[in-house]
Amino acid sequence: MSHHIVQTNDLHFTYPDGTIGLAGVSFRITHGESVALVGANGAGKSTLLMHLNGCLLTMRGSVQVGDLPVTKKTCAAIRRSIGMVFQDSDDQLFMPTVFEDVAFGPMNLGLSAEEVEPVVIQALERVDATHLKDRPPYKLSAGEKRRVAIAAVLAMSPDILVMDEPSSSLDPRTRRELIELLQTFKHTKIIATHDLDLALELCPRTIVLGRGRVLADGPTADIFADDDLLAQSRLEKPLSMQNCPRCKGKLSQNQR
Amino acid sequence: MSKTGSIITNVGYLDALARQDSPIHQLDPRAKLLTTLAFIVMVVSFDKYQISAMFPFAIFPIVLIVLGNLPAGYLMKRVLWVTPFAVLVGIFNPFLDRQVLLHIGSVEISGGWVSFASILMRSLLTVLAAFVLVATTGFNTICLALEKIGVPNIFVMQLLFLYRYAFVLAEESGRMVRAWQLRAPLQKAIGIQSFSILLGSLFLRTTSRAQRIYQAMCCRGFEGRLHPAKQLHWTMANTIFLTGFCLLFTVFRFTNPALLLGKLITEIFS
Amino acid sequence: MHMADALISPAVGGAFWAASAGLIGYSCKKIKSELSDSKVPLMGVVGAFVFSAQMINFTIPGTGSSGHLGGGMILAILLGPWAGFIVMASILTVQALFFADGGILALGCNIFNMGFWTCFVMYPLVYKKIVRQHHSSQSKLFWGSMIAAVVGLQLGAFNVVLQTVLSGISELPFAGFLAAMQPIHLGIGIVEGFITAGVVAFVVKAQPQLLEITIPQADKSPVSIKLVAASLLIAAVITGGALSWFASGHPDGLEWSMFKTSGAEELDTPDNAVYDKSSGLQEMTAFLPDYGFKESEVAVAAEETAESWPAVSVGTTVSGLVGGLLTLALAFGIGFLLKFKRKIPSPAVS
Ligand SMILES: Nc1ncnc2c1ncn2[C@@H]1O[C@H](COP(=O)(O)OP(=O)(O)OP(=O)(O)O)[C@@H](O)[C@H]1O
Ligand SMILES: [Mg+2]
Repeated sequence: MSHHIVQTNDLHFTYPDGTIGLAGVSFRITHGESVALVGANGAGKSTLLMHLNGCLLTMRGSVQVGDLPVTKKTCAAIRRSIGMVFQDSDDQLFMPTVFEDVAFGPMNLGLSAEEVEPVVIQALERVDATHLKDRPPYKLSAGEKRRVAIAAVLAMSPDILVMDEPSSSLDPRTRRELIELLQTFKHTKIIATHDLDLALELCPRTIVLGRGRVLADGPTADIFADDDLLAQSRLEKPLSMQNCPRCKGKLSQNQR
Repeated sequence: MSKTGSIITNVGYLDALARQDSPIHQLDPRAKLLTTLAFIVMVVSFDKYQISAMFPFAIFPIVLIVLGNLPAGYLMKRVLWVTPFAVLVGIFNPFLDRQVLLHIGSVEISGGWVSFASILMRSLLTVLAAFVLVATTGFNTICLALEKIGVPNIFVMQLLFLYRYAFVLAEESGRMVRAWQLRAPLQKAIGIQSFSILLGSLFLRTTSRAQRIYQAMCCRGFEGRLHPAKQLHWTMANTIFLTGFCLLFTVFRFTNPALLLGKLITEIFS
Repeated sequence: MHMADALISPAVGGAFWAASAGLIGYSCKKIKSELSDSKVPLMGVVGAFVFSAQMINFTIPGTGSSGHLGGGMILAILLGPWAGFIVMASILTVQALFFADGGILALGCNIFNMGFWTCFVMYPLVYKKIVRQHHSSQSKLFWGSMIAAVVGLQLGAFNVVLQTVLSGISELPFAGFLAAMQPIHLGIGIVEGFITAGVVAFVVKAQPQLLEITIPQADKSPVSIKLVAASLLIAAVITGGALSWFASGHPDGLEWSMFKTSGAEELDTPDNAVYDKSSGLQEMTAFLPDYGFKESEVAVAAEETAESWPAVSVGTTVSGLVGGLLTLALAFGIGFLLKFKRKIPSPAVS
């Protein structure tokens, strides 16, 4: 199915103040893949994700989602197939109650108030957040917010899920639940994250970004085993891949 | 920031009250909004020396407080908290208007004191009515009613966004002020210079947040209009509530039952 | 300087409600046709920004006392007049509902007082004329913001006085109240001006492109002088209308006005003026100079009183008070009865 592919070709983007966000990014993600996007702060991860659904429009190069190139005209259509979970849930949950927030997307697709209710309930059930239905979003915990944000995206039944740091500011237990939740989704997934363990668990493939460029692209296990690459891209081996002697070495180093 | 904290707590509490379920809460917000408006207009339409005729009007907030299961003590505290505004302007009346209006025993009471009391009474009733409206309806539902009544969609969206992000930004500004305090332990309050800079950077953060919110909205198909997900149902109960209270207000306004009752009583006793 | 429900008459409240509602409707139309959708969340969040900024206290130099921000001028500069007005209106609405700052009927007055002058008069006529471009000099930026904020607040304060006196609930004489309000708001306005200038300067330095939302229209001047003149005229007509409504259709129950004098100056007014119909009318038309308004009010009130309330006895008052307290007791009684039937505890303060 060519429908759910995401492809970028020599993507460039410079912010109005002159900061270079992307300096030539190319990759192809096919249907059903789960891909982790890693890289240091400011590497360009968020900038890249914004290009996938046309929030930012490319200056040079191209982005293609399914059969459509991402342009101003196709934005609306593309946004229906790409669901984006933002880095800060507060930016995404802008409606007065959880219910209304999850209903926001479907209502914009033209569903009536009656039709929307089952859709919302179903989306909330999938993330196990039905009980939060009538709560105002600002009173939720970080984990609950993240769940609701995901439900809000699921309610639009996207083909591709794009997430920006889904596990940030979650406690270990909530993070674990999130990983399990994401494992149940069959969508194409693109996850930008600093949580390399999460990447290791969820995504067979990883793309490493650095200063707006692709530094590496390949099987996650291989990439995290490459010490030079990790050092170059200011990353550290996932804890689960660090063996104990090394841990000890580090500890003693720290204690000195 | 204890002030910010307490304001947020109070707003949050009013909202919590509004999420209860009672016969009053179930009423259509439009019915409550219009009745409250009628109530306020009637109360303030009395002339400045009128006191007795306002007493019967207390029945409206009292009934709503009881049926709406609201904490009367808390609301009264909030009302008293606001009263100083009315006092500040009204307190001049006794000095400016010293003509003796009535004698009670040997005590002479001037017109200024009567009109001052009238101002306090107005303040009490109107403020209480506003709080009761919010506490039985909730801000978001009021916005929905406004939208249905015909207030422009942009303005309603504006209200919703303001309300939603006031909490987020209050916390953010609270954090900034704390950070400032930690680095300026000797000053009691922020000077104008630092305050402007603080506000300026808060504004910049705010605009980039607004941009992200807009992106999030676009990602979910926003095209310039907000579609309310909740429906309103106007039932018979709403018609009865609205017309019943409006009739009652009209009767109270033009007959002064308190005075009639009082006359009856005083005649019996004399 | 919020007007309160307790201090206004329905005529004044209604007139300003109508004026503000009209301005809101018109601004919404303007925003829709001129600005992109992206402005919608921006306005909302900037509203929240001013709202939360108002909660921060800062020290006023030299006085040691603390003040807080009004925000009308900042909004006009940062968002442009139409959006600025809408945002100011929404802030005041939230304040009226949650903090009873002002009140629901007085909301129209407050929106007008704090939004109209800053957004539709001072911004186009003063600020823009002085600060032609945001990269113009620091001192222009400063004086533009300062003058606009100070004068805007003065006009707002003047409105407050006018509305209060027109409503006739407070006894404050026009001249005296004015003499107190304007200087107080001069101080507040200067502080507001400093902050407005400070914030604008900061934003201009850090991200000048932000203000370009409002500035490219500088040449087109979104608010023409003609429009402002027209609005002023409308405002004047409305105010005048409210005034005459007040004067002619003064509500009933003025039984006490006959005995009333207001302060020392008024004591000089010959009492027989009260009975002289023609002089009463004269006084009424001579509104505003001195404390003429007060006198005319007395005269008109007296006229009505003389016609419809020939007898005013102390007995009426006493029975009024007795009856009032009794009805209050009755109302509480009904409340208790209802409460008795429903026993559900209210939620606790979180
Ligand atoms: N709105 C903006 N205006 C100007 N520059 C920006 C803007 N947003 C991001 N940048 C710059 O673009 C570069 C890439 O930023 P981006 O947010 O994509 O990084 P990131 O990989 O998501 O980082 P993080 O891990 O911290 O989220 C950074 O140098 C950043 O400073
Ligand atoms: Mg990022």
